[in-house]
Amino acid sequence: MEKFLNITLKVWKQNGPREKGRFETYKLSNISVDSSFLEMMDILNEQLINEGKEPVAFDHDCREGICGMCSLYINGRPHGPDDDITTCQLHMRKFKDGETITIEPWRSAGFPVIKDLIVDRSSFDKIIMAGGYVSVNTGGVPDANAIPIPKDHADESMDAASCIGCGACVAACKNGSAMLFVSAKVSQLALLPQGKVEAARRAKAMVARMDELGFGNCTNTGACEVECPKGISISNIARLNREYLKAKIKD
Amino acid sequence: MVKIDAKIPEGPLAQKWTNYKAHQKLVNPSNKRKLDIIVVGTGLAGASAAASFGEMGFNVKVFTIQDSPRRAHSIAAQGGINAAKNYPNDGDSVHRLFYDTVKGGDYRAREANVFRLAEVSNAIIDQCVAQGVPFAREYGGLLDNRSFGGAQVSRTFYAKGQTGQQLLLGAYQALMRQVELKTVTLYTRNELVNIVLVDGKARGIISRDLVTGKLQRHFGHAVVLATGGYGNTFFLSTNAIGSNGSAALHAYKKGALFANPSFAQIHPTCIPVHGEFQSKLTLMSESLRNDGRIWVPKKKEDAEAIRAGKLKPTQIAEDDRDYYLERRYPAFGNLVPRDVASRAAKERCDAGFGVGNTGLAVYLDFKEAIERLGEDTIRARYGNLFQMYEKIVDDNPYDTPMMIYPAIHYTMGGIWVDYELQTTVPGLFCAGEANFSDHGANRLGASALMQGLADGYFVLPYTVQNYLADDIRTPRMKGDEPAFVEAEKESQERLNKLLLIKGKRSVDNIHKQLGHIMWDFVGMARNKEGLEIALEKIKEVKKEFWTNVNVPGTNDGMNIELEKANRLADFIEIGELMALDALMREESCGGHFREEHQTEEGEALRHDDKFAFVSCWEYKGEGQEPVMHKEDLKYEEIQLVQRNYK
Repeated sequence: MEKFLNITLKVWKQNGPREKGRFETYKLSNISVDSSFLEMMDILNEQLINEGKEPVAFDHDCREGICGMCSLYINGRPHGPDDDITTCQLHMRKFKDGETITIEPWRSAGFPVIKDLIVDRSSFDKIIMAGGYVSVNTGGVPDANAIPIPKDHADESMDAASCIGCGACVAACKNGSAMLFVSAKVSQLALLPQGKVEAARRAKAMVARMDELGFGNCTNTGACEVECPKGISISNIARLNREYLKAKIKD
Repeated sequence: MVKIDAKIPEGPLAQKWTNYKAHQKLVNPSNKRKLDIIVVGTGLAGASAAASFGEMGFNVKVFTIQDSPRRAHSIAAQGGINAAKNYPNDGDSVHRLFYDTVKGGDYRAREANVFRLAEVSNAIIDQCVAQGVPFAREYGGLLDNRSFGGAQVSRTFYAKGQTGQQLLLGAYQALMRQVELKTVTLYTRNELVNIVLVDGKARGIISRDLVTGKLQRHFGHAVVLATGGYGNTFFLSTNAIGSNGSAALHAYKKGALFANPSFAQIHPTCIPVHGEFQSKLTLMSESLRNDGRIWVPKKKEDAEAIRAGKLKPTQIAEDDRDYYLERRYPAFGNLVPRDVASRAAKERCDAGFGVGNTGLAVYLDFKEAIERLGEDTIRARYGNLFQMYEKIVDDNPYDTPMMIYPAIHYTMGGIWVDYELQTTVPGLFCAGEANFSDHGANRLGASALMQGLADGYFVLPYTVQNYLADDIRTPRMKGDEPAFVEAEKESQERLNKLLLIKGKRSVDNIHKQLGHIMWDFVGMARNKEGLEIALEKIKEVKKEFWTNVNVPGTNDGMNIELEKANRLADFIEIGELMALDALMREESCGGHFREEHQTEEGEALRHDDKFAFVSCWEYKGEGQEPVMHKEDLKYEEIQLVQRNYK
């Protein structure tokens, strides 16, 4: 049943943050439909190295859809033409023989390009630093079963916590907003009694940090939810807005 | 001459850790600010240690090769984390978790360390819940548990199939809180390339900024390595692509001992290999074995027809299926430990009953569980794993059984540490998968997360403080001392050398060659002849690498091929150590199976009279054979018996 594809790649190449970028065109033949998209990129790089050329730099690590490192913009969609997956889980069976595939980095003011397809997402870490945690130190905490938590709250919190911090939501957003990312963390913690204590401070601090870092505003287009590989719902954004308003009214 | 002293505290087993803590030395708050701790790696062990050190008031520098600490490979652990809470009231206790872990490790772990691990396990769950880790809960609002391989109780806490992710994010968030408070300085895309010793003590590291390519000198009063395992020596493994053993190998070359290097875990439930271009193997959580049943066809002709694509697994009648784990191990069934399940799969496939187009696969079937519990329940338990499988294989596991095969997953071996998690180099500590300490010759499921967090939250904060209490008069070094300059020069020369080879083969191409040798001769079943061949072949790979690797680009700026080459150079040496250790250990235990040493029923046969020790390898210089030292394992609480899961 094995099938092979011949494809043309248009890949973004950029030497550094301040250098000018350009598209390079490469041809690849006999790519198995069972190979993953990143394995196809490996084959491209192997070919480039053997031709004495410099390989294409791209971010990737776990290759099982959980680390959030891979971040390719494929044919105009973050993580490519399949739903609910990361780039590393995309397989070549989603493409046709003879197809031209365009590969770009995340493009957003909050994520400057480092090299080729690699962008700097340290702004996400900075947003978490502003308040994406429960302020407890190691030790001296109560027994894990001391506070019962309704199962549906725990489940809803877990759904929000599934965010892998890849940045597809920002890349998909025409405003370059990080609201889905921020709201997922705010929701996860606001839904649990442990996180409620600091909920107001957290919502304000994380939103303020997001604004400082140059991310855009949310205009409810919903593109982030569509492209999120983990299916994080925009209802989290509604919850963030409620938490934020509540906090502001109290001020 | 290296002296092996595990520094196990006095007293009965259950009192040792309490005694240690009661007598450890402390550092007062104003002195803590003057003491620098370097933590390399931000997985569960590294992130939890760094966050805790920061909270205590030490000045911490933490390093990760990824763009964010949240991406460390602990994130990929699926199934869960063990603790002896006994919430389900099924007879669990600290002692039983300790016993199961020693037995699961086939009696090759240090008793005192494992007991402490079991002892602090409950505090980990408390800590994570307080951080807002959304563990699965029952309708009554209390925490849910499930069972895992090698245990007859349900002691595994979980957060869907993403437990590692949630625990790591908890530790990451605690760490980022400290970064905001400026007790911790974070270095991302930054890799350790050397360890600096001053007067025999670890005093810092040389790191490489992976974006600029520049080497940096960092001073620390103590250095903690939490850099994970070396499973990627095999090229194909369940590890992340960037996971590597280089920090451990640098430690070894600076005088730390490498313990039990041959103890690698082969995980039974991974998606089978499908082609030469494959870059990694994907794990399907062990938790699937709670409800999935493993089988192959009873008749060879059925297996052949399936391999030829003429028959589907769903067409095989119930009576024609061989549920071989249930048949061979009625007491534990599909929940036998990983090493036992892996070898049983290999045995069936080698005998010609394997399925899939390569014949190197067995079925993991949920039909009965779906009939018993309904598809919705199965979806709630394993939905994300089923989705992951379907995206990769293009088969729907609700309708047709999954195909699985063993793959390299975890390395029990690692840097030798004493009870304080300190290596034989003073001031150099090692935690998590990178050390050898707690899992013996085989790790039980849901114990890696437990160990990583135990080391980081609840062991190192005590033991590193104890070490630093004697160091309060040591002023910070500037980084221009001769030891730092020399170490940086050494690293720069190695990078330059790699760039100058300009050979014909890519790094991956040579790495695959190494991987094949490892899998064929140092994999699931090993023997003297094969290991000797492996040693020869690895030497050839080493020569090929240093004369014919092609690393394009330069030292300036980001150069991913250079990073990979620098790691492969170390993998080759680790591969050699693994083969050497496997050849020395003339017994079978846990994940180490020597074909010459098995029972009549094909089970691992230990030789406790000769091999009840930790093999500790000492580096003797380039081109020299390393020297092995022994740490004898003395069991006070546990009687050594042959493992029996029947």
